[in-house]
Amino acid sequence: MKLLNMSLAALHRLLKEKKISSTELTKEFLRHIQKAEPNLRSFLTITEEIALRKAEETDKKIAGQQPIGILEGIPMALKDNICTEGIPTTCASRILENFVPPYDATVTEKLKEAGTVLVGKLNMDEFAMGSTTENSGFYPTANPWDFARVPGGSSGGSAAAVAAREVPFALGSDTGGSIRQPAAFCGVVGLKPTYGAVSRYGLVAFASSLDQIGPLTKTVEDSALVLNIIAGHDPKDSTSVPFIKPDYTQYLENNVKDMKIGVPREFFAQGLKPEVQTVIEEAVRVYEQLGAQVEECSLPHMEYALPAYYLIASAECSSNLARYDGVRYGYRAKAEDMIDMFTTSRTEGFGQEVKRRIMLGTYALSSGYYDAYYAKAQKIRTLIKEDFEQAFTKFDVLLSPTTPTIAYRLGEKTDPLALYLGDVYTIPINLAGLPSISLPAGFADGMPVGLQLIGKHFAEGILLRAAYTFEQNTEHHKKIPAWLEEASKNVF
Amino acid sequence: MSFSDKFELVCGVETHVEMATKTKIFCGCSTEFGGEQNTHVCPVCLGLPGVLPVLNKEVVNLAIKAGLALNCIIAEYSKFDRKNYYYPDLPKNYQTSQYDLPICKNGWLEINTPCGKKKIGITRVHMEEDAGKLVHSGETITTSKSSGVDYNRAGVPLLEIVSEPDLRSVDEVLAYLEELVQIMDYAGISDCRMEQGSVRFDVNVSLRPRGSSEFGTRTEIKNLNSFNSVRRCLEYESERQAELLLKGEKVEQETRTWDEGQGITLSLRSKEEAHDYRYFPEPDLVPIIIEREWVERIRASLSELPAAKRERLKSLGLSEYDAAVLTSSKAMADYFDEAFTFGVDAKTLANWIMGDLSALLKIDGCSFENSPVSPRQLAGLLNLIKDGTISGKIAKAVLEEIYKTGKDPEVIVKEKGLAQISDAGALEKIVEGVLAANTKSVEDYLAGKETALGYLVGQVMKATQGRANPGLVNKLLKEKLSR
Ligand SMILES: [Zn+2]
Repeated sequence: MKLLNMSLAALHRLLKEKKISSTELTKEFLRHIQKAEPNLRSFLTITEEIALRKAEETDKKIAGQQPIGILEGIPMALKDNICTEGIPTTCASRILENFVPPYDATVTEKLKEAGTVLVGKLNMDEFAMGSTTENSGFYPTANPWDFARVPGGSSGGSAAAVAAREVPFALGSDTGGSIRQPAAFCGVVGLKPTYGAVSRYGLVAFASSLDQIGPLTKTVEDSALVLNIIAGHDPKDSTSVPFIKPDYTQYLENNVKDMKIGVPREFFAQGLKPEVQTVIEEAVRVYEQLGAQVEECSLPHMEYALPAYYLIASAECSSNLARYDGVRYGYRAKAEDMIDMFTTSRTEGFGQEVKRRIMLGTYALSSGYYDAYYAKAQKIRTLIKEDFEQAFTKFDVLLSPTTPTIAYRLGEKTDPLALYLGDVYTIPINLAGLPSISLPAGFADGMPVGLQLIGKHFAEGILLRAAYTFEQNTEHHKKIPAWLEEASKNVF
Repeated sequence: MSFSDKFELVCGVETHVEMATKTKIFCGCSTEFGGEQNTHVCPVCLGLPGVLPVLNKEVVNLAIKAGLALNCIIAEYSKFDRKNYYYPDLPKNYQTSQYDLPICKNGWLEINTPCGKKKIGITRVHMEEDAGKLVHSGETITTSKSSGVDYNRAGVPLLEIVSEPDLRSVDEVLAYLEELVQIMDYAGISDCRMEQGSVRFDVNVSLRPRGSSEFGTRTEIKNLNSFNSVRRCLEYESERQAELLLKGEKVEQETRTWDEGQGITLSLRSKEEAHDYRYFPEPDLVPIIIEREWVERIRASLSELPAAKRERLKSLGLSEYDAAVLTSSKAMADYFDEAFTFGVDAKTLANWIMGDLSALLKIDGCSFENSPVSPRQLAGLLNLIKDGTISGKIAKAVLEEIYKTGKDPEVIVKEKGLAQISDAGALEKIVEGVLAANTKSVEDYLAGKETALGYLVGQVMKATQGRANPGLVNKLLKEKLSR
């Protein structure tokens, strides 16, 4: 287990000191993936050959006494909505089943340059729409803690793969909680950076004004290391912000003394399961004991966040997904004429949830409804931003549960509205474009519970410090599922 | 009977102009016309999953310039929006355009009408991307077995210029379009190559009884691509509407299309069937903030516009007509200006440019931009006439020679020995010879037949291959004959 469970820094040391080669390391993870996949199915594509070639490059460098980067030679995997040149990028949709991008996303390029070894592409809810990964057009992914439960979503494959130690880290994308919610359900660390901190170029768009790529890792330190690679201004993304990227590891300080932490009462309202609440209250006590000043606060417009989000996200998605028409790439249905080709390709290519949101968004943008829906939602968005700004005049970070419940059972949630309500704590953060992290806070009914911390724009640093301190003073992140303990006894 | 006795035309025009940038509006692909199908494309202009647009700043520069040339207010804050509709030539199935906050608005341009100058209002000017082009295996989309799409044009920057419904006759519409296209050409916004479809017009047409101040129901006719089509289309459509109104029927508010072959307009879709484009702000681009400084920088770079140029030419002593012809294309006007700097007479220069040089260029389909005779050479030629080195007649031959060889006029005159004979001694001998050989004409002249002198001058010119100084020949002949 040691190897599979090691931090990125520890793996780097092993490589640098030639205790293991990148090829051996990669093979080790690939073997583990083979063993774990039948139960988990977190991967859509496994790129064994490409991975081993890349690993060999690092090994040559090491053999040639060349210095290697901190993530060089370390395996990882990407959510399947992040473009990878020459490797299928399907968004877990039938409509893109045969799509192989001719270009890399900016994050893919950056990870390549950093020397990381891509071992595969990860399952997700189709086009990132969903919170269980059951909306995958191919197959659902299981939660490593209980195969009968969902890993969350939409980055369910990414969270499950990291939780099951199939990869040391993965990237996901977060539009309304799609990194943090599965991170909470699977007991890993999930970071959604500030909107504009990480380039969206090459991330297949769901809702452009909300989407953001971020890391899923075992620890807060690993999160900072990955963020160091992927963050930064990208001239190819007009919404990426030109900012001076710090070394995020400098914030990994075990100290929250005098840190002001606000706890918004709206995040503890009805719908929150008592067993989750207990875990979060315990987390609050931990912070208090460590010298932080924790205080209740209010974000009065939170109750409108959910409808505003579903209007804005759906409106954007209805336009973003219009290009999948069977003309240039992707699935094309047999049809009688042009309109029939458009309609049939889309009818057969998209899944239920995607179609539901396209309909919702098309309706919200329609002439005569625009002001009542889309325009009003944008106004609410402004109010929500202002609520947060107000809170941050008093607090350094805000604290809440990541989700109101623990992971659902597979097939348990069939009512879309009930599922949408599960995103109630994560969505407001996307509307405001703020950075936010979910980290393991404990367990309820044997399933992980996530603690969410929210920071000001580009205040990933303080967020990481708060998260790191909690992690250093608790043991939750060290627990792994029992089967994993058993299955990996022989490794290394 | 013409409709114009009873009704007045009310027309507004939306003009789409392809902008003269090197690269497309949201990617680095070339905008060059006529490349092999789908060669000027990349993931961005093909709308592949995951790509993002990056605004070409040159497009904004040119849009500001257009706005200034059209006396518009340049918006300090403007943004892009998505116009959503499905068509295979549209890679993303939405067009990135500008909706409620265009970059320029509230401008005007001036046209000449029989009743004097008239200001035509410009409602707005906005930036957007062009679509690709369907390539059918057969004649039309319905009769083809298959159709392909060429995306070379997809993402080429367009400027849409919307006029107020201020135009009251077909002639006014044409005057407006000609002025607008000239302005775009002068300001360097567009090459305005009509034959390549780089300018397209949508016209809004309605009629109202003469004397009425209310607007009638309008139709919109889309995608006209030449002045001639606009004229024919407007003439047809106003007659059509007049007939309906005279019969007491209603004009339907609808979008129509112009059938060039049949010379008629046809209904495309009714008001009820009108597209709902579901415009919303483009989330992949940030708003465009234009500071005063930026506008002033562009204003400083704005070259002289046709109206100003015409006034300046008139101040040089040229007629209204000459000024209008010379400024009809920027290339011709620039040619005039450059040649004029070499100190030649404006009227003479205008005549040569509009006459002999234009005729020569026309033969090979050349433009003034790449004229084989440079402005300096033409001015040199005119100076040779002025100082008496060559006659006007010889000059025509020299111009053709410059056109063919590119040699300077002074060189040609020297090489071919074309310089005028102004030496009285040398000419005297020739004159005497001619008089001796044409005694009949001499007698006629002496008998009072003035025309005989012309014949004798011609004979001297013939003997000198036209090189004799005509004034001097006249003088010498008269002297000899009066003895
Ligand atoms: Zn391109």
